[in-house]
Amino acid sequence: MSRFTSSSTILRHLGWAVVAALAAGVVILFVDPYPDYQLAEVALFGIAAAGLTVLTGFNGQLSLGHGALMAIGAYTTALLLRQSPTVAVPLVMLASVAAAGLASVVVGAAAARLRGPYLAGATLALAVGLPGVAIRFSKVFGGDQGISVPPIETPSFLGADFPPERWLALVSMVALLLAFVFLANLTRSRFGRDFRAVRDDEIAAALAGIRVAGNQVSAFVVSGCCAGLAGSLLAFWAGLTAPSGLGLPLSLQVLAAVVIGGLGSLAGAVWGAVAVVYLPQLSSSLTEALHLPGVVKDNLPLALYGAAFVVTMLAFPQGIQGGLRLLYRKLWIAIPSRRDI
Amino acid sequence: MELSSRGMQAARRGRLPVLAMGFVLLFTACGSTSTGPTASAPGITATTITIGSTQPLTGPAAPGYSEISKASDAYFQWVNDHGGVNGRKIVYKYEDDGYNPTKTTDLVRKQVLQDKVFAEFNGLGTPTHLAVIDYLNTEKVPDLFVASGCNCWNQPSKYPETFGWQTDYTIEGKILGQYINKNLAGKTVGYLSQGDEFGDDGVKGLDQKIASTQVVSRQKYDPAALSVTGVKAQIAALAQAKAQVVVLYTIPAATALALLTAVSPALNYHPTWVVSSVGADVTTLTGLLQTFSKGAAGAALLEGIVSGGYLPAPTNASDPWISLFQQIHDKYIPSLPMDGNVEYGMAVAFNFVDLMKKAGQNPTRQDVINTLNGGTVSRGAGLVPLGYSSSSHLGFTGEQIFVVTGGKATAQGSVYTSTDDGPINTYTGGELTPPGNGIP
Repeated sequence: MSRFTSSSTILRHLGWAVVAALAAGVVILFVDPYPDYQLAEVALFGIAAAGLTVLTGFNGQLSLGHGALMAIGAYTTALLLRQSPTVAVPLVMLASVAAAGLASVVVGAAAARLRGPYLAGATLALAVGLPGVAIRFSKVFGGDQGISVPPIETPSFLGADFPPERWLALVSMVALLLAFVFLANLTRSRFGRDFRAVRDDEIAAALAGIRVAGNQVSAFVVSGCCAGLAGSLLAFWAGLTAPSGLGLPLSLQVLAAVVIGGLGSLAGAVWGAVAVVYLPQLSSSLTEALHLPGVVKDNLPLALYGAAFVVTMLAFPQGIQGGLRLLYRKLWIAIPSRRDI
Repeated sequence: MELSSRGMQAARRGRLPVLAMGFVLLFTACGSTSTGPTASAPGITATTITIGSTQPLTGPAAPGYSEISKASDAYFQWVNDHGGVNGRKIVYKYEDDGYNPTKTTDLVRKQVLQDKVFAEFNGLGTPTHLAVIDYLNTEKVPDLFVASGCNCWNQPSKYPETFGWQTDYTIEGKILGQYINKNLAGKTVGYLSQGDEFGDDGVKGLDQKIASTQVVSRQKYDPAALSVTGVKAQIAALAQAKAQVVVLYTIPAATALALLTAVSPALNYHPTWVVSSVGADVTTLTGLLQTFSKGAAGAALLEGIVSGGYLPAPTNASDPWISLFQQIHDKYIPSLPMDGNVEYGMAVAFNFVDLMKKAGQNPTRQDVINTLNGGTVSRGAGLVPLGYSSSSHLGFTGEQIFVVTGGKATAQGSVYTSTDDGPINTYTGGELTPPGNGIP
């Protein structure tokens, strides 16, 4: 066991990925189509949140514009499929990743000059402004009504009865695991250490020989590529790319997932994605059960959703992953035989 | 099937008695009698019909529009309290999508896959409903009476399950344009339209009737930016171009802002306002005017406004449909204002109940589509006929002009019907009388 865990990082990560893939695959195949659909949403938010947590948690750059990068990925998918409907889905996703990556080079280069609230403000402007491009050039981008995206075709060997939502969940999970293996390796590599060095002290990092600006742009590109992949999956998931679904609220949703899950933690990105997907539904169900009058009933789910975030941040400032670490440490200490180690 | 294989595994683990009990209960619950109502389709049981909807209960589109689903639900409760439809009660699951198409796709999938609704009813919004139209048609779920005047719902060959309901924006534009030509001839005209399909379709209809030389200014606005910039720049441009008639293809909030901006001391601009039915409800506008101006302005600004409508004016207490709806409103939703949104919700609910009664004792989803295509559904409170046939999924085919006089929208002139590119005809069929207890 110790030999396995101390051997090559990539083998270790791939091993975990295979285990996770099998577990996720079993769950996906046995639940109903709608829960599969929700799992697909968790996967895509997980990818976006993981990218953002690397940028913000590991590299210290706060971006409020990840919704815009997801939009670039989503529109690339929609436009490609509208142009040539028979293009293979993996190619479409790669193109979306590349498009968002390219955009990230530009955004990252601009952002490398900015720090703190100014960086946040610039990325916020991107999040607010980009959907407007789709409306301004409505002939190309479909305007306010957007471009519809056909669902991913289920391979014929699975039979005609295999729900498209289930196939979407499987594809999304594979994408999530691939992204996570890549990011996990990256953060444990020299690049990951450089990211953290730049985050902690730029001057010291520069003195140690790290090219700070290049490093920051690279972080943006990695993060943007993840957002592009998430955006492509979002296009398939929603069946439509329209400005009203890709605006500022989307950026804030991804950021909320990162923060509530645990900043700087890949596992946290998954917890955050779960929270962002299931909390609104939980609060709606709770409101339904309370049988309240009109206006209160309409607005209570949003209030509950917000309250849940506030309470979680007060109780676990390090997010859910931080809370789990605390719990794990307490249990570790509580087991007597372990105390000597 | 999945059920029996799980059952066999459980038996091997020795839980046979519990499982057997479970199956007995399950089969008794599923058991149907050969006469009377049976479970003939998803969402239909012996005692209930479940339908789903996505509505903007919160967000920018919520003012006014959030009342529609509650009014429909009130009408359904009225019907349920009087025995339901062919012995079944209607269960109306309307959920909040906040006018966000991503949320709409999620909710519709949940309603179809998990809640197993029989049909989608009155889904509100053009971009929101466009997100789900492909899915609903692929899954063959009836997509009834979409709450939007886009003519995108009228594509029977591509979207056989989808049916519009309200008069589409182009037909309305034509009828408003015809009024301007007849009653405001020779005057200069300006447009303020929403920067999406709603506004563009309306302008298409207007342009068919109003000469382009007469139109001195064409302004657009983005609904998402309303709370930030209002419509100041656009109204100023219209005033500068000296448009004597201004056509507003606007949602209620934008209409109110336009009216307030025009009368501000800086502009002191008083054109004749012609407003789309979407943003012309007197009660809704009065409330918004008072809110936006902090009590300074009110219903007085609405005097003389021209608009179109396919239902009787909600302020017309002598109309038998209005007194029926008022009765239902007072019983089930007294806290809501009795306005055009409530009337809309109840009128469309009436059409749905009529459709379900005509679709048969134990209808399938296809029965409902066939009934609509057969053109036999009653127009209920509508002033004009419904346009449903196997080649048209358009709802109401025209409108009547209304002018606000003494604080009330008063019908004027004839009732007109048309198509997107055909001529305008006069319709002389009058109003139908509501059935005795208000149930078709």
